[in-house]
Amino acid sequence: MVPFDFAYYRPQSIAEATALFAALERDGKRPLYYGGGTEIITLSRLNLVRTAAVIDMKAIPECRVLDASADPLVFGAALSLTELEEANPFPLLTKAAREVADRTARNQITLGGNICGQIFYRETALPLFVAEADVIVAGPYGVRQCRFNDLFHQQLQLGRGEFIVQFKVDRATATLPHFHRKRRKQGEVGYPLVTIAALKKDGAIRVAFSGVCPFPFRSAEVEAHLNDRSRPAAERIQAAVAAFPRPILHDIEGSADYRLFVAAKLLEDALRELGEEETM
Amino acid sequence: MEETTKRELVLSINGERRAVVARQAETLLFVLRDGLGLTGAKPGCLNGDCGACTVLVNGTPIKSCMMLAIETVGKEITTIEGLDDAPIQHAFVRHFAFQCGYCTPGFIMNAHALIERHPDADETTIQEWLEANICRCTSYQEIETAVKEALAAKKVETKF
Ligand SMILES: Cc1cc2nc3c(=O)[nH]c(=O)nc-3n(C[C@H](O)[C@H](O)[C@H](O)COP(=O)(O)OP(=O)(O)OC[C@H]3O[C@@H](n4cnc5c(N)ncnc54)[C@H](O)[C@@H]3O)c2cc1C
Ligand code: FES
Repeated sequence: MVPFDFAYYRPQSIAEATALFAALERDGKRPLYYGGGTEIITLSRLNLVRTAAVIDMKAIPECRVLDASADPLVFGAALSLTELEEANPFPLLTKAAREVADRTARNQITLGGNICGQIFYRETALPLFVAEADVIVAGPYGVRQCRFNDLFHQQLQLGRGEFIVQFKVDRATATLPHFHRKRRKQGEVGYPLVTIAALKKDGAIRVAFSGVCPFPFRSAEVEAHLNDRSRPAAERIQAAVAAFPRPILHDIEGSADYRLFVAAKLLEDALRELGEEETM
Repeated sequence: MEETTKRELVLSINGERRAVVARQAETLLFVLRDGLGLTGAKPGCLNGDCGACTVLVNGTPIKSCMMLAIETVGKEITTIEGLDDAPIQHAFVRHFAFQCGYCTPGFIMNAHALIERHPDADETTIQEWLEANICRCTSYQEIETAVKEALAAKKVETKF
């Protein structure tokens, strides 16, 4: 049960959605774009979210596109994670999505919601980091396309009234050799202790993490150490882990030291599976 | 005073059209139970974790504590009250796949959708789907047996 009232809007186009946002904002309603609604509803119950209006994006055709035959591939932000898994246009994204929450919850959780939510794991961001995806953003000034990595610093840097319409991923990149693993404290469902997604392109490994810091990240410095083939793999991994951004999460799910230990082990697995064993 | 956002919603539930007045911010779970007297879907965690509130929306399992009732206008909702002698119900009884029974409607709705969608479901698919529900009495073994039996029956039926 949501302990306060809000009005529900279901625009049919991008222009209608942004105009609605502007009008509701002018009326002091502090509107929220609404994907699957799972976070908005569950955090509202705890009074951690408050709004007088939600704007559901699931009737906007562009937000629902799933074009697996195009190049680049196009994924609408209002697709549910299970819709993406079943179509499987980008196997690394499928693997990341599959590990989020549980299957019933993923029938509702949207790609855009997972990436823009307050719950900071945002695990489907990892494949988009390493694939160097583009993101299509709509807002009061129209529609723009940017590099996902340029727009994501700890979280997606959207202006007031902006929302994600789509993501685009280069077709060839989507089929490159990759590695994905999620380690939890226990069980098969739950937030990560560490999640890692890696992809090998032109001989270089790209890698992104969730669960290590209170934000998902990909770091040029970390990758420079990992790809420094003048050193043995163990040293490369040690240097990469030392270069992680800070702070390292230290909570009931796992201490900072343990998370770093798990991250190093997963990097070892990633290097091995991506064919770096000759230097291990 | 905040203006109220109550509205009449016409929902299609278990093959019937039902009118109900509800706040736009109200969850489907609350409207089913308090507005329409359909108390089969259970409130558990209200946080998306336990699955006791699972119902089907256009045949897809949904945790009704995390969906607004207003989102389901124009869609087909199925609750446990709408299952009429479904094979999975009999399989649950036969294998005594519950103890207190609180999680049972949620498990049955999820399992029913799985059987309808994936009569060929393998171990991995069964586990992936059923992980969405929690049973605190830990009847998991019996639940698994019941689901497998209903799947096997569906497979035979599908072949003819
Ligand atoms: C039971 C449960 C388990 C979870 N487990 C995990 C997990 O294991 N790993 C993980 O990474 N996350 C997990 N989460 C977090 C979940 O992915 C996020 O809460 C996500 O926001 C839910 O997506 P949604 O579409 O329902 O978002 P909504 O509730 O619709 O929106 C959440 C936020 O994102 C904004 N938003 C949504 N779509 C867009 C868009 N297209 N453009 C701009 N802003 C947008 C909304 O305004 C809102 O602020 C879990 C959540 C639940 C409920
Ligand atoms: S009550 Fe909905 S998932 Fe627990």
